[in-house]
Parts: sequence; C-alpha cells; structure tokens
Amino acid sequence: MTHDIGLQIRGGTKVYPGTRALRGVDFDLRMGAVNVLVGENGAGKSTMMKVIAGVEQLTEGQVMMDGRPVQLNGTDDARRHGIGIVFQELNLFPNMTVAENIFINREITRGRIDIDMAAQREATRALMRRLEHDIDPDTMVGDLRVGQQQIVEIAKSLAQDARILILDEPTSALSAAEVEILFRVIADLKKQGVGIVYISHRLEELIRIGDYITVLRDGAITGARSMEGVDVDWIVRAMIGEASRDFAKEIDHPYGSEVFRAEDVTLPRPGGGLAVDHVSMTLRAGEILGVYGLMGAGRSEFLECVIGRHPHAGGRIFVDGKQLRTRTVAGRIRSGIALIPEDRKNDGLVQILSIRENMTLSSLGAFTTGFHMDLGAERGTVRDFVRRLTVKIASMENPVSSLSGGNQQKVVIGKALMTKPKVLLMDEPSRGIDIGAKAEVFRTMRKLAAEGLGIVFVTSDMEELMALSDRIIVMSNGRVTGDFDRKDATETLVIAASAKGHALTPLKEPAA
Amino acid sequence: MTHAATDTALQTGSANLLLVLLKARTFIALILVFAFFAFAAPNFLSTANMVIMSKHVALNAFLAIGMTFVIISGGIDLSVGSIVGLCGMVAGWLVLYGIDLGLGWSIQFNTVEICLIVMGVGVLIGAVNAFLITKLNVAPFIATLGTLYVCRGAAMLFSDGRTFPNLNGNPEYGSDTFRLIGAGNVLGLPISIWMLIVVALIAAYIARRTPLGRYIYAVGGNERGAALSGVKVNRIKFFVYMFSGLCAALVGLIVSSQLVASHPATGQAFELNAIAAAVLGGTSMSGGRGRIGGTIVGAFVIGVLSDGLVMMGVSSFWQTVIKGLVIIAAVVVDQAQQKLQARVALQAEAGK
Repeated sequence: MTHDIGLQIRGGTKVYPGTRALRGVDFDLRMGAVNVLVGENGAGKSTMMKVIAGVEQLTEGQVMMDGRPVQLNGTDDARRHGIGIVFQELNLFPNMTVAENIFINREITRGRIDIDMAAQREATRALMRRLEHDIDPDTMVGDLRVGQQQIVEIAKSLAQDARILILDEPTSALSAAEVEILFRVIADLKKQGVGIVYISHRLEELIRIGDYITVLRDGAITGARSMEGVDVDWIVRAMIGEASRDFAKEIDHPYGSEVFRAEDVTLPRPGGGLAVDHVSMTLRAGEILGVYGLMGAGRSEFLECVIGRHPHAGGRIFVDGKQLRTRTVAGRIRSGIALIPEDRKNDGLVQILSIRENMTLSSLGAFTTGFHMDLGAERGTVRDFVRRLTVKIASMENPVSSLSGGNQQKVVIGKALMTKPKVLLMDEPSRGIDIGAKAEVFRTMRKLAAEGLGIVFVTSDMEELMALSDRIIVMSNGRVTGDFDRKDATETLVIAASAKGHALTPLKEPAA
Repeated sequence: MTHAATDTALQTGSANLLLVLLKARTFIALILVFAFFAFAAPNFLSTANMVIMSKHVALNAFLAIGMTFVIISGGIDLSVGSIVGLCGMVAGWLVLYGIDLGLGWSIQFNTVEICLIVMGVGVLIGAVNAFLITKLNVAPFIATLGTLYVCRGAAMLFSDGRTFPNLNGNPEYGSDTFRLIGAGNVLGLPISIWMLIVVALIAAYIARRTPLGRYIYAVGGNERGAALSGVKVNRIKFFVYMFSGLCAALVGLIVSSQLVASHPATGQAFELNAIAAAVLGGTSMSGGRGRIGGTIVGAFVIGVLSDGLVMMGVSSFWQTVIKGLVIIAAVVVDQAQQKLQARVALQAEAGK
C-alpha cells in the first residue's frame, strides 16, 4: 500500500546561533499514514516539527506541499494549510473551561461578537464522544488530571480539521486504556486521509502504530523507511549508533538489612476518600523496589508523604529501624531520605538559578561553618558530582534551564545524592529524557544500589519496571494490590494487580 | 568551515562584550549621570554637596536593601514607608516622654536603648507582615498594603497628627546623644553613611556567602522546588520581611535624628523609591534575581538624578517624569540583557 506525500522538506537546514539544529534533512510526510519520528533529545525532532508548524523558519532549504514550495511564516500560515500540532508542553489555559480552551481564538460566534456557548459546548461534547472521554465541557481545565488535559489538547487540534496533525509525545501522561483510545482515534484519522506525525520515546508504541519511521541523530536523518521489518534494535542502532540497551544488565550483589519501612501511610484526597490508603512497605539496603500502577494510583502521593510534603498525612516512617519524629521535608532529608520528583521543571529545579546552585540546594550545610559558606568547597563538590554522574555541561555557572532534559535530571539526582541519603525515592526518573540519557540514569541507579543505597522508584513503563526492579509493588486506587519478588513477577500478574479495584469497564466501541 | 568557526567565535565574543556592558549598565548610567551634572550644575562636585547627597541616598538605600531581599524572595513590601513614619514617632516619643507608667512614674531610656526598641518595633512589624503572608496566606501586596495603612494611622495617633519637636534628649537620661545619629561624623563621613556601609556589607555577605541568602534566591525562583529540596520557606520569608522592617526602622531613627523632630507623615511614598532603586539595580520583580550591589548603585542613580536636577533648577514636575522614564528604560534594557544572557548560555551548552 502506498501513500501520497503531502508535505516534503528538502535540504532543510536550521542554524541557531552557535548550533546547527538541522543539517540538510529530506523529510517526506505521507498522508493517510502515521509518520513516526524518533531521536534522542536535541536530535532535531522538535525543530523540524516547529518548522512544519510555522513556529520556526528554515535557514536553508524549503518546505513543499503537494509539490509546490510554501512559505510557513507563522502558526497562522500553517493552520491555513491545514497543519495542526499538539505540543509536548500543554498549551492550555487552566482558568478556562474545556470548551473555551478548545475554541480559543476560533470561537463560534454570532455576528463575530457574541460567543455561542451552546454551540461550542455541543461541539465539545461531540469531540469528547469521539475520544471516548466523559469530560464535561464546562469543567475548568485546571481541575483535570494531566492525562485528561492531554485529551483536551488533542481534541483542540481535532476541532481544527487538520489535514496534517503533529503529535509530540501525546501519551507521556496517558494511562494504558487512554492510550488505546488515542490509537483508535489515530486509526480513524488515518482512514480519513489525515497525515499524522507521531513523536514518542516509547519505542514499542512507535512500532505498533507507525507506518513510516524517520530517525534523527544530531540534526541529520540516519534512517527513513517503511515500518515493515523494523524492530527496537534497529531503531536504537539508528538513534545512538550502536545496539545498546544495557540498563537491563544485572549486577548481583547481596542486600543489606532493612533500611526503610513505611507503615500505614494515609493521605486524604481533597473532596473525600483516600489518595494513599494504608500503604506499607519495606526496603533493604542495596535493593531497588519498583512501584507500578496506573495514573492516579497514589504512587507519587505516597512518595510525597514519605518526604514530608503533606503535613497532614498519617502513618509511620522508619529509617534504619528508627521511627522518624520529624514531619518536615528538611527533617526527612536530614534523616536520610531524598526525593527526585516527577515534575522536574516545577518541583525538581529552580530554573533561574545556576547548575551549581541547584545541585547544592539541599546540602548547603555541608559547606557551611557558622554562617559562612565555602564557595570553593562547593564548586569542588559540584565538579566531583558532575564527573561522577557524567553530566554534560559547559560551565556549572550557566542556568540549569539551558540543559537538556537528561542532563537536568542528572542535576536533580546529584542534588539528592549530595544529601548522603540512605533511601532514594525516584518518581518516574526516565520521564521525558532520551534513550541514551535513560540508560545512563538506570546504570547510575544500579551502581548506587550496589553501593548500598535503597531505592524506591515509581514507573509507568513495564519494561523499565521488569528490567530494574529487585522487587515490585503494585498500587491501585491508593492501595497496595501486589507485592512480587522479581523472580515471580510477570507482566500479566502486574497488570492484573494494577487494575484491581478499578472494575475495568470494557471499553465501548466507538459510536458509528 | 574555518570561516564559520571564526564567525561564530566572533559573534560569541561580541555577544560576551555586549553582555559585560549590559551587566554594568547601572554603573555606567551612574557615571554618565555624574559626568552630566558635573558639567551642568555648578558646585555639584563640591565635597559639601557630595556629603548632603549621599545622606539623601542613604535613606533610600537602606529601604532598597531590605526591599531587594523581599523582592528576590518573590514578595513585595509596601509597608516600609509607613514603618519609617511610625518608628520615627516611637523614637520621638521615647526621647520626649519615655514610657509613662502612670502615677507620675515613667521609665526613661538612653540613646542605645531607644535605638534597640525602635529597631525592635520595625522587626516586629516585619514579622506581622510575614505572619500574614505565610500563616494566613495573604498575598504580599495586600498584606503589606494593609500594614502600610495601619502603621501610618498609628503614627498619626501617636501625636494626633502633630510633630514631636526638639528631640534634643536629656543628658540626665543619656538620650542627648540621639542627635548624633543624624548629625555626627566619624572620620569625615556622616554616621548614617557608616551605618549604610555596614548594613550593605552584611546584606551582600548574606546574599552571596550564606545558605540563608541562597535560600532567598531559591524561594523566589521556585517556591515549590525549594520546599521539596528541604528549604524552610516560611522561615526565609519571616527573615526577609523582618530584615526589611529593620531597615525601615533605621531610616526612621536617622530621619528623626537629622530633623531633631519626628513628623507622622515622614516616609510617605518611600516604598516606591525603594522598589525603583531595586529594579534599577537589576532586581527582577518575579523573584529569584537581584544583587545588593546593584541596588546600591540604583539608589545612587535615583538620588543623584533628583538632587542634580534640583541643583539645575529643573521643576519638580519634570523631575518626576524623568525618574519614571529612567525606571522604564532600566527594565527594558534588563529584558534585553536577560535574552542575550540566555542565548550565550544556550550557545555554550550546545557548543560543547
């Protein structure tokens, strides 16, 4: 089966001051098909999509649609050509309703002045039916879960009747069931002849859904072919130039004694019920404990209770067998617990501060005598950790915001390790970082465990879970619904446990 | 290839030079303003004028230092002008009457005790601000706007709106030295300037070399992130507002000592000058960024500008307009610097 080429980039080069983001790429976008785009962070995927969406313009080369060169000088131009994009970072207004968000800047009006709310609401309901989501058009977007917000973002571009739809990591916050629905919608759009560009770091997902694949490395295309016969190894080779996925490698080492225990941790949910429902677990030194569950299972909330972010949380926390009296974050950190939060940007880093200042933020006491801070010692320690964690930076004085996702994550890990923790809590440590950096993060986790650190990590990625965990705990609806030794755990068991208490309703067939 | 390389190197080089110039812009502005008035206003460079001018600047600089910490932490303190007024009245009352216990008994204080009590009042009001902001969750703008009114009203109530005159003190109680705060000289410099130097050095030290200072920046940059890193956010906020209150109390003392009188309307709109000096010195209103040194230079630019214009005989209406324009220009240039700085950093990180 062949597909028409709807959009082409020929000899596309994009130069930013100091870097070449794209080096003479030739890209074909086929209509009625899913064009998958992969590459490490900074490989040029986003730049290429920004060019297509009219956000950025090529320095050299041209964009052609249906064989004719086109000028895309702004998002308006792109929209006129039927190009829609769902950015990785959600561009929604939390203070407006779902319907208002979907029709922002394209409001349905009577006489161009009066907004026809009823019509917008109705159109929104139709879109939500199509996406099989029961989201009320009048809900404030800020009140929705991240996954639901992503659905709204997708609905927004569906509402524009785009001929070409770019989805940049659309599934990063969706649960497995939501992903299935999205895939059905994509299949539906394909049938209607829409050309879809799909960017994701989840390789299995790409292989499943893609018709064509384009791999980018350092701004150049290193592989472009139809998806037939493509496997993960091929993609990884094209992405990083070698077949390596060695984060699965086991380093065998004995576990120490119990280093951490949580008993009956509870956290009330705003609006009734429990977000964390009497969760208990133990962890030995040198052990990696994987916590799996669907979105909203209470995993992140549990970690937040442990670090002391919720003062009204109940339960007991023990480190090295001693119960912690302190309920503050500072106290918990001093007792040997460290958290690497899920949301790097808002919780993990102070973007405006330098790399050095971010790394040492939790452990300034170590460089301080009385009031006085020894900046030389601080720099020395940072240099040491930068080397140990192989953070790629030009200068530790640059703002942390200038780093790529993977390097930012390493800065956060460095910050946690500087507090000399006994227990490391990691919430989705691989979220939003490329596969090369991912492998390094996982290697670091293994190494730390081998050095005797206890690690609890939360993940939604089954493969990661299976590859890294020594023991697996599954959570659902705030409760622990499964506790497996790695030897006994199978994907089926884990998934079954993660659905417990959910009364997984069979998904309705899309309305004809 | 070599061409491209040298091109980029040149670009980076000129960008770096531009960045250095931009970073020093307030200082350059100060030199320009100085040079201009040295030509345009006779006697501008005389020692006497310099001393008078730096006394004026000092008042604003004190408030601006406190304000800088507050703004870096992501807040704002509108109450400082009123604290100046109230603290001045407290000082005046203590010098004139002491504390009346009734039945003809009263406690009298010497100068040091008076200073300590007044400073305590300033710190206490700052603590009230911080309490409202951290424990009762009132937005800093509103909380300090409230204390602005309360303190101003309280200052008026002290004397029914009248001035406390002749704060000469009483040698018997050891309060006759009160006048020296504003009038005394040490090594040829007014005492208030020495106080400013000490406070500025302490503040700069806190900002750059203590964990407390680092935490102030972190709280302003990302409060949630700072809290999750173990920073005691509320404690930091208490510190910045209390410190700001302390600075305002010092100004209250100095003003009433200089005038040998305290008037309840003293300090009106001082908070705006303090904010202006901080912003002029490169402090970002969105928090997380700013330097004490920059603020001092900013205070000098504003002070020199207004005194110089007075000496040139420019009408006070025009002075106000010019001051406003300078502030806006400063922020515009600041934005340009931010952009350039981000670009240079990105280049450096991408180029390796």
